[in-house]
Amino acid sequence: MTPAWERFRRHRLAVAGLVVLAVLVLAAVAAPLVEHLLGVEAGAVDLLASYAPPSIAHPLGTDELGRDVLVRLLHGGRVSLGVALVTALAAAVIGTAVGLIAGTAGGRVDAVLMRLTDGVIALPLLPLLIVLAAVDPARLGLPEEALRSGSAAVARIVVIIALVGWTTVARLVRGAALEVRERDFVLAAVALGAGPGRIMVVHVLPNVVSPAIVATTLSIGNIILFESALSFLGLGVQPPLPSWGNMLSGALELLWSAPALAVWPGALIFLTVIAFNFVGDGLQDAVDPRAGGD
Amino acid sequence: MILRTLGIRLGQSAAVLLVMSFAIYGLIGLMPGDPVDLMIGANPRITPEDVERLRRVYGLDQPLLGRYLAWLGDAMSGEFGYSRLSALPVGETLLPPLGRTLILLSASLALALTIALPLGVLAALRPRSRLDYAVNLLAFAGISMPVFWLGLMLVALFAVGLGWLPAGGVRDIGDEGLVDRLRHLVLPVVTLAAAGVGQHTRYMRSAMIEVLRQDFIRTAAAKGASRLRIVVHHALRNAMIPVVTVLALEFGSLFSGALITETVFAYPGMGKLIYDAVMGNDYNLALAALLLATAVTLLGNALADAAYLWLDPRIRRR
Repeated sequence: MTPAWERFRRHRLAVAGLVVLAVLVLAAVAAPLVEHLLGVEAGAVDLLASYAPPSIAHPLGTDELGRDVLVRLLHGGRVSLGVALVTALAAAVIGTAVGLIAGTAGGRVDAVLMRLTDGVIALPLLPLLIVLAAVDPARLGLPEEALRSGSAAVARIVVIIALVGWTTVARLVRGAALEVRERDFVLAAVALGAGPGRIMVVHVLPNVVSPAIVATTLSIGNIILFESALSFLGLGVQPPLPSWGNMLSGALELLWSAPALAVWPGALIFLTVIAFNFVGDGLQDAVDPRAGGD
Repeated sequence: MILRTLGIRLGQSAAVLLVMSFAIYGLIGLMPGDPVDLMIGANPRITPEDVERLRRVYGLDQPLLGRYLAWLGDAMSGEFGYSRLSALPVGETLLPPLGRTLILLSASLALALTIALPLGVLAALRPRSRLDYAVNLLAFAGISMPVFWLGLMLVALFAVGLGWLPAGGVRDIGDEGLVDRLRHLVLPVVTLAAAGVGQHTRYMRSAMIEVLRQDFIRTAAAKGASRLRIVVHHALRNAMIPVVTVLALEFGSLFSGALITETVFAYPGMGKLIYDAVMGNDYNLALAALLLATAVTLLGNALADAAYLWLDPRIRRR
């Protein structure tokens, strides 16, 4: 057992978060199985059975179109979690690149890149994301056929959120890189004539992997919140493909007749985000015990 | 010194705003359709030649940079054009929602800080206690809460279920009273404040723990200062410095939260206006509203930076 893992295990909330995430991922993966067991299809509309209360056939009842809520939640989980993980990965790549270059190069490059990062953090992101989501990709010269497929809307939201979601990773990686580049083995490599590219990739990058992972975990929560907010506003994942966010967008009008429909998707978003935040917090304490207050 | 720094920061903000104006102008140009499409939408007898002519008349055949500079020239002289949705000048359309959003933002920021700062200090005074644990849980819940869902749940409980408060809007029809307006503000303000409570509690707690470890706190205690005096007089002011810095970076996300809150509660503020303008192809209004939102955020940043100097004389002297 490494000391870092020991420290993580002592962070009870982080372990609980990890368990919750494992259960959620398993449930999302098992969605087709549940569908099969219940004998219902996720997209099957049955207007005669709309707003059905929970029963054995529909454990969480049905929605306004008579679709099974549980099965749609599980499929929504596949979409929401999948989008979140892919987006976080893309944001991590951008953030690591920016942070690595800024921290290793230092000086003016560092100043410019960090001003840029601060600038992005300070902007009112959601209004800008709305404009980005409204942009017509055909005008950027992308092929029309590719844009009409269902996955294009998902790809677009990944790109849009990754474009603004990289800042936490960039800041933490830059901080770590600034420290690493002063260490003896890096100075030795410089003295031996290693170029800046080699220093960055071979010597600094492997030593900033753990802060990059911590920062990525801490960012996933925000990424999920952005995705669900955009989908809630009708600009993210498009129905009939369910996501936790877009399952809530109809809920506002239906709140007077079927308030229960609004409870589950939001509760799952909340649970997922808080679990990721706890895991991120635990990882941070485990990797860098001095950083946390406790 | 503070004024000088404020001047420099405002200058930088103006530069950022200029860059953003070009970026947003370019993005809006990438939205589907253009003003001519909207004009001819209702006219089936229009010929392609007419369309070409209209594009030329309105300068839409010019390259992006040329169109942007023309817009910038007009904007500098305070001319932002007319809003398509309201058929009024953009300025007149923007100002009332801006006022309403500023009310929402300042009320929820005040509420968030009133709850978060004492909680953060209390948790910091007894690290690892039960209270600290509870405060930590609450803070994590706050930052992990989807704003729109919290809004929905509050409406379901207090408007649909209990009927105590209105579900949305600014006031009841025919009611001009202040009480009625305040009743409409309660749920949006609470919704928007929740995330802020989470953030600020965490920052306040860790800043306070950091300060309480310092030598001058031990000195004060050794000289017989009471616990209360140490916390309020010696520690709090120093612990506020990092909290204020973070506050500066929070204005942008506060505005994002306001957009969602306004949509959920049908509160006619800037966020809802931006959403409606972008969705309704109201190019002039969307552009001006986005820039105004950016300008307000940057101004908030600059002011927070000035407050930071005011709180920390050590930096002032450098």
